[in-house]
Amino acid sequence: MATRQTQFLARSLLTPAVGLLFIWMIVPLALTIYFSTLHYSLLDPGSESFVGLENFRYFLTDPAFLASLQNTLVLVGSVLALTILLGIPLALLMDQPVIGRNFVRLMVIAPFFVMPTVSALVWKNLLMHPVSGLFAWLAALFGLTPIDWFNDVPLFAVILIVTWQWLPFATLILLTALQSLDEEQKEAAEMDGASAVSTFIYITLPHLARPITVVILIETIFLLTVFAEIFVTTGGGPGLQTTNIAFLIYSQALIQFDVGSASAGGLVAVVIANIVAFFLVRIVGRNLEA
Amino acid sequence: MARMATTRRVVVSTIGAWFFGFLIFFPILWMMLASFKTELEAFAIPPSFLFFHWTTENYATVQERSDYVHHAMNSIIIAGGSTLIALLIAIPAAWSMAFSPTKRTKDILLWMLSTKMMPPVGVLVPIYLIYKSFGLLDSRIGLVFILCLGNLPIVIWMLFTYFKEIPRDILEAARMDGATIGRELVYVLTPMAIPGLASTLLLNLILAWNEAFWTLNLSTSNAAPLTTFIASYSSPEGLFWAKLSAASTLAIAPILVLGWFSQKQLVRGLTFGAVK
Repeated sequence: MATRQTQFLARSLLTPAVGLLFIWMIVPLALTIYFSTLHYSLLDPGSESFVGLENFRYFLTDPAFLASLQNTLVLVGSVLALTILLGIPLALLMDQPVIGRNFVRLMVIAPFFVMPTVSALVWKNLLMHPVSGLFAWLAALFGLTPIDWFNDVPLFAVILIVTWQWLPFATLILLTALQSLDEEQKEAAEMDGASAVSTFIYITLPHLARPITVVILIETIFLLTVFAEIFVTTGGGPGLQTTNIAFLIYSQALIQFDVGSASAGGLVAVVIANIVAFFLVRIVGRNLEA
Repeated sequence: MARMATTRRVVVSTIGAWFFGFLIFFPILWMMLASFKTELEAFAIPPSFLFFHWTTENYATVQERSDYVHHAMNSIIIAGGSTLIALLIAIPAAWSMAFSPTKRTKDILLWMLSTKMMPPVGVLVPIYLIYKSFGLLDSRIGLVFILCLGNLPIVIWMLFTYFKEIPRDILEAARMDGATIGRELVYVLTPMAIPGLASTLLLNLILAWNEAFWTLNLSTSNAAPLTTFIASYSSPEGLFWAKLSAASTLAIAPILVLGWFSQKQLVRGLTFGAVK
């Protein structure tokens, strides 16, 4: 029973968090919108002038934008597909009666706790180095030509690194969901003579639909803004081959010091993220009712 | 589990799971091994897996040449500070929404979640300029502040889902006995909320420790945490793999241990309670 006093207290306890988040959301966003309408270069201070939508025209028609949009989509799409296609069988395998399952779990989840700069540099140097990397040695062992990962297939190399980082997340969530699957249902299906394959298709997969959706949405939020992995391995190159939207905006802001068009780009990134967020918030919101 | 596990099935799935588990863990193991090699051996082809001259000199060199401890302290202060401040702000808010919900509580929660969806790169420019004019670039306090705000929605959400599970009857009983809200918070709720608080704390320490967008963009040397420090190894070419590995091993070891402890709560925290 909430008295007026409790209500007042509840509201005042909530206020600092709401206020801070509100400021955190509104002030930088308003500034980004404001800057995006200015000609504003840090190299040429004092020359700020209102240019309307000129920055958006510049950013959106810049060939680098289309290239980076494409890279972003390829990166996000590939990592999503790989983490889910590899995560499902891995989770199914770990859901089996495995001796020492807890230890296997520790090994599988480990990459998720490694900071992005470390994973990227370890992969780039120790594994993917075209001469002294472990992959080059393995390739030579099988009589293959070693791949020069960051020159020949730079985006794919980044995709591999990011997949390694996010596979544990997908696997862990799918495994958690599998473990909450009603065993009796599966047993009943087996009793009725359902094959393992049809049990998987008709019982397990529908049960995984929701966690898979959650994995897709949450990974997308983070994958849209992959930055450190590109920053320390390729610096967006060669050319624009590994520049995603986040990196493009970064380089316009902090390398070319073009505040105006970086801000316009920032707003484009916000719009893209919001489209994804819209669906995620709906799914999570539905869960709140339950 | 009533289902009979045949021996063959156990053997096959055990071998399979261990194989793939090892494969996934291998890059970390390989890095740890390289940290105990000499630079020449770390670079050598064919690589030596275990039978090399084990040395700990890389660890000493990393500290001497680049003051590793300084950056580790920065990481501890930034990750710890931002997490603690976020908890201080989030506990009252989550408590209030879990126990005195109003019609708008759901909207507020979802709105908070949506602030997490804003890509940091969208506000990089204004934050950078604000920090520049207030002298907050490359300062610990600046990073504490921004990581705190960035993780606040997750902290509130996690706490909210944990607080929700505390039985309300206990609160009613305490209220009947005339406990004030302050006492209720301190003597009834807090003890019951400790497990949830602990896992929220752990998960957010991990997230803040590994955060590599703001730390890379807003710190260079003085306030640089380990993420930025490790990134500085990306520029020099040549014989530095063993040192890179030693620095990396030190940087991830504590968080790996914490992470292993918190893995059960991880799913819940990162999916905002959508998967338990």
